[in-house]
Amino acid sequence: MTGYTLSEDAAAQQLTDAPWSTKAGIPIPAYATPSSFEKHVVRTLTNPRGEPRTQHARTPHHLVNGTFTPNGLHFVISHSGAPDIDPAQHRLVIHGLVRRPLEFTLDTLARYPMQSRMTFVECGGNSAPLFSNEPVQAGVQTIHGLGSCAEWTGVMLSTLLEEAGLDPKAKWLIAEGADSLALSRSVPMSKALDDAMIALYQNGERLMPGNGYPMRLLLPGWEGNMNVKWLRRIKLVDQPGMSYYEARTYAPILPNGKAYQFYFLQEVKSFITHPSPELKMSGAGFYEISGVAYSANGRIAKVMVSADAGKTWAEAALQEPVLPKAFTRFRLPWKWDGGPAVLQSRAWDEAGNVQPTRAEIIARRGQTKMPVTNPTAFPSQHYNGPTSWAVSRTGEVTHVYA
Amino acid sequence: MSTRRALFSIALTMVSLGYVRAGAQDAPHLGKPISESDVAAWDISILPDGTGLPPGSGTPEQGSTVFAAKCAVCHGENGKGGSAAALVGGQPLTSGIETAKTVANFWPYATTLFDFTRRAMPWPRPRTLTNDEVYALTAFILAQNKIIGGNDVMNAQTLPNVKMPNRDGFIPRFPERIP
Repeated sequence: MTGYTLSEDAAAQQLTDAPWSTKAGIPIPAYATPSSFEKHVVRTLTNPRGEPRTQHARTPHHLVNGTFTPNGLHFVISHSGAPDIDPAQHRLVIHGLVRRPLEFTLDTLARYPMQSRMTFVECGGNSAPLFSNEPVQAGVQTIHGLGSCAEWTGVMLSTLLEEAGLDPKAKWLIAEGADSLALSRSVPMSKALDDAMIALYQNGERLMPGNGYPMRLLLPGWEGNMNVKWLRRIKLVDQPGMSYYEARTYAPILPNGKAYQFYFLQEVKSFITHPSPELKMSGAGFYEISGVAYSANGRIAKVMVSADAGKTWAEAALQEPVLPKAFTRFRLPWKWDGGPAVLQSRAWDEAGNVQPTRAEIIARRGQTKMPVTNPTAFPSQHYNGPTSWAVSRTGEVTHVYA
Repeated sequence: MSTRRALFSIALTMVSLGYVRAGAQDAPHLGKPISESDVAAWDISILPDGTGLPPGSGTPEQGSTVFAAKCAVCHGENGKGGSAAALVGGQPLTSGIETAKTVANFWPYATTLFDFTRRAMPWPRPRTLTNDEVYALTAFILAQNKIIGGNDVMNAQTLPNVKMPNRDGFIPRFPERIP
């Protein structure tokens, strides 16, 4: 039951009361969880037993709708699990090139003026299977599930940096988590003073453990890994730290053997969530083509959708509110004639950036020599080309290149 | 009292209570001063120029012993790879965009090796290695990759001067955003 594919109905029957309509229902719990009929709406896990390697939990984009990701379905990548942090003992330290190093508790931060903003967080490796030279056979959750969107509330980092007093020599900060790997990333001061936040709440409640409880660095629109979770230390420095994750992991190799460094931005991207491979279509007729678009460079300006592999395009409606650096839901009515079709979307942002075609991105960034056999692997990073879903006459939807 | 007058009196009350528009200049300033010496136990950041490297030293030979005892279980004998990544060798980066990134073919700074080993390894017991052990392991891995000599000593002075083979192999993606 995906809430999409129609079951094959027999003829209409006379309606009767169902059992749940003839007795009182179950007691309302103190903290609600979804209906027992929604147990399939879950993240997919790459390492559920927490073996000593990275864990990925991917958002089921095809089973949710709207723009904000429920907290239990927000994607998580953790390189050593989620630390079980006692918030009363957690400390955030700001030090290095500042006039006076400072220590903050969760309680002191709660007294500061706060802001809320909707923003997506996306792993730099999201959509990476699309670098495969042959299309991986996977759905939208596997391919694009390492990006989610939430309303984050917290204290602007600039407020705390001004309190600590910036030394003009400070050009970068190094943010570090309280996890066992003490994960660290370097962030240019210009971003830190622009819209960086110490996020304390996620969709109104405290951060989920996997998303950084009790506090994380939020860098709207920038590579997920830089949004350091379980944040405990910020050191202001005059040069980037060249940590493992910036010097090695999120530096994609180019076809000429060089590598991009400090990619940082999650560039304009869109993908169709409905229909998509796990959502079989139930015969010709009306469907709404729907998906999400987002950009680190501001608001989404336009999304075009094609149902014939890019030969003709129609402009999709953008669901208001269209917010900068946030998921924007696009929708387009479509009457499927029952024949083969290939669905694609392409997004533009307000800064004038356009989602590149697959040919453009492959020309610049290359593709694998051999087909990617593990669709949860990362042959490179920072893919923002289009995704194509082929619809067969029987309504099956599969991933193709077109 | 008219509505207009009521609103006016509320506004006056807010001013008299010190109501202010939220902004950085109006922050409560509740950060507790802390000395750098009190942060020292957490301050494990190493910069590429060697800033932050602690006292101590190690040789490849010393590192070989530590490696066999504490690292080989995951990274394989002499770092040839196991359940965790190989630490020796690597294909040329022109082999393809999916080429496995290794110390030898990719890492631009030797300081990153010290930093990551000290902060994150060994996986089950991070931050239990002594600084001498981290220097020795760094020396061992660099020597196994023939980036330094078999008898070279790694310490706060020598490590930042190690020229990694791929130091110049990087292009900033958005140079205008880099300080």
